Amino acid sequence: MEKRIANNIAVGVLWVAAGITVAVLGAIILYVLVNGVRVLSPEFIVTRPHGVNAEGGIGPTIVSTMYVTGLAMLICAPVAVLAAVYLAEYAHQGRVVNVIRFAADSLASVPSIVMGLFGFALFVEAMGIGLSMLSAALALALLMLPIVMRATEEAIRAVPRYIRWGSYGMGATKWQTVSRVVLPAAAPRIITGIVLATGRAVGETAVVFYTMGQAINIPITPLDSGRPMTVHLYLLAVDGINLPAAYGTALLLMIMILGFNLSARWILKRYRKV
Amino acid sequence: MTDAAGATPPVATEAGAAAPAAERGPGEAHRHHVHAAVGETKVHVQGLNFWYGDFNALTDITVDIKSRAVTAFIGPSGCGKSTFLRCMNRMNDLIPGTRVEGTMLLDGADIYGPGVDPVDLRRRVGMIFQQPNPFPQSIYDNVAYGPRLQGLKRKADLDAIVEESLRRANLWKEVKDILGRGGLTLSGGQQQRLCIARVLAVQPEVLLMDEPCSAIDPTSVQKIEDLMAEIKDEVTIVIVTHNMQQAARVSDFTAFFLQEVAGEPAVLVEYGRTSEIFTSPSDKRTEDYITGRFG
Repeated sequence: MEKRIANNIAVGVLWVAAGITVAVLGAIILYVLVNGVRVLSPEFIVTRPHGVNAEGGIGPTIVSTMYVTGLAMLICAPVAVLAAVYLAEYAHQGRVVNVIRFAADSLASVPSIVMGLFGFALFVEAMGIGLSMLSAALALALLMLPIVMRATEEAIRAVPRYIRWGSYGMGATKWQTVSRVVLPAAAPRIITGIVLATGRAVGETAVVFYTMGQAINIPITPLDSGRPMTVHLYLLAVDGINLPAAYGTALLLMIMILGFNLSARWILKRYRKV
Repeated sequence: MTDAAGATPPVATEAGAAAPAAERGPGEAHRHHVHAAVGETKVHVQGLNFWYGDFNALTDITVDIKSRAVTAFIGPSGCGKSTFLRCMNRMNDLIPGTRVEGTMLLDGADIYGPGVDPVDLRRRVGMIFQQPNPFPQSIYDNVAYGPRLQGLKRKADLDAIVEESLRRANLWKEVKDILGRGGLTLSGGQQQRLCIARVLAVQPEVLLMDEPCSAIDPTSVQKIEDLMAEIKDEVTIVIVTHNMQQAARVSDFTAFFLQEVAGEPAVLVEYGRTSEIFTSPSDKRTEDYITGRFG
């Protein structure tokens, strides 16, 4: 009898803990949804902000966010994937590889405000790229790099050894095995990692705050400055300029990030073969 | 293959066939594309020792694997049969800390000689593993993998090789309408035959099979045993098996490996025609194993 009571208490505690997690997420989504849905409209998405209270839409900030995120992904993904291939397949496993791995993990835990400051000092100032899409994308790529790299490494390690043997056993070289068997087999997980890291970059504020500027431009070239959604949201909210528009921006941001996370799950489910 | 044999002076062929294998020195390397005649030695092994780090796994193995025949390696688990098999295509090279001593010649040429690229060797000595291991790609791409590695691109050529290889692997009838489907969607036994087709597509001279039937359904086992009988005229087959009946059914020659004391190296106890090994083994230990007294 006592055992049953203990069991019921344990289940109850676990249930409450899980419930809190879900409830918090639900509350945030509901709060943003209730406050933001009123301003959400096609005009809000495509038009420019105007006037001292930033009335109108947030079109240019959406363009800036997508522009910088896409650029960051293009910069980060090749470097991260190639680095991971080297680490997982070629590097002599030992101290050096462990140091590189530790460095990557540390890089992932650098506060984003520090990464922003570093990006500002290096790309904007020292390299003279200025406040621009390119500076922000480079800084964001630094942030995404360890995430994509570790995801790729895990993905490569998850490809079973006996599948590699099948390739070696037919007279394939190491590079042929890696490029024609291992990477295709690991691709779904690698792409999932890239998509998740991209979702993270969409919501990143501090890094782009330092490196992109605040001008409400529609960026054309990588050297144009702009204002991403997160910075726009911050500026609107911090001075109470236009709270409804801030909530609308927040809602759109969350929808975009949700989209990234869902598509990552979908890719993994749809294409995972190993 | 016919062309290659025709290009060889008949005198040389006869001399090669007539010369006892033991008299051929390591220096007299045969040309790669000249297949050995039936019953001639394909792989000559003399005093082979193998180490995993400090552990001497195999000691003093001497055996001549005959061409165009099926040779079965039998013995209890952990007796080094698979290790020895992997010596023949240098798959053990992939395991750090392993070491080989002694002589192992393929068509008279040293497998471990300087300048021998294991990648080239494995093209000639293909391997089938216990666990079916198709690539996560389509059936067609699996079989076309090897030819493509060698630079073959023309669709018509690839189509022909894929069909021929799948036919030889007794799988064509089952998959001819679903070549675009993933190899991993097949049953375990079909996957194993797909792997066989994949290896046959590169036309290996020797096919090493490491317990190929231990993880698959009986129907596929039957089909694999059938195909072994069909292709052994062109390919020298070496099979590791735990199944004594299978060894008796499919093989022409049998080698019995045994590790008598744990931690000590394994030895080759007896080697000979399967009919003789199974009816009148000359070593008491072979007899005990075959009659099921241990192992």
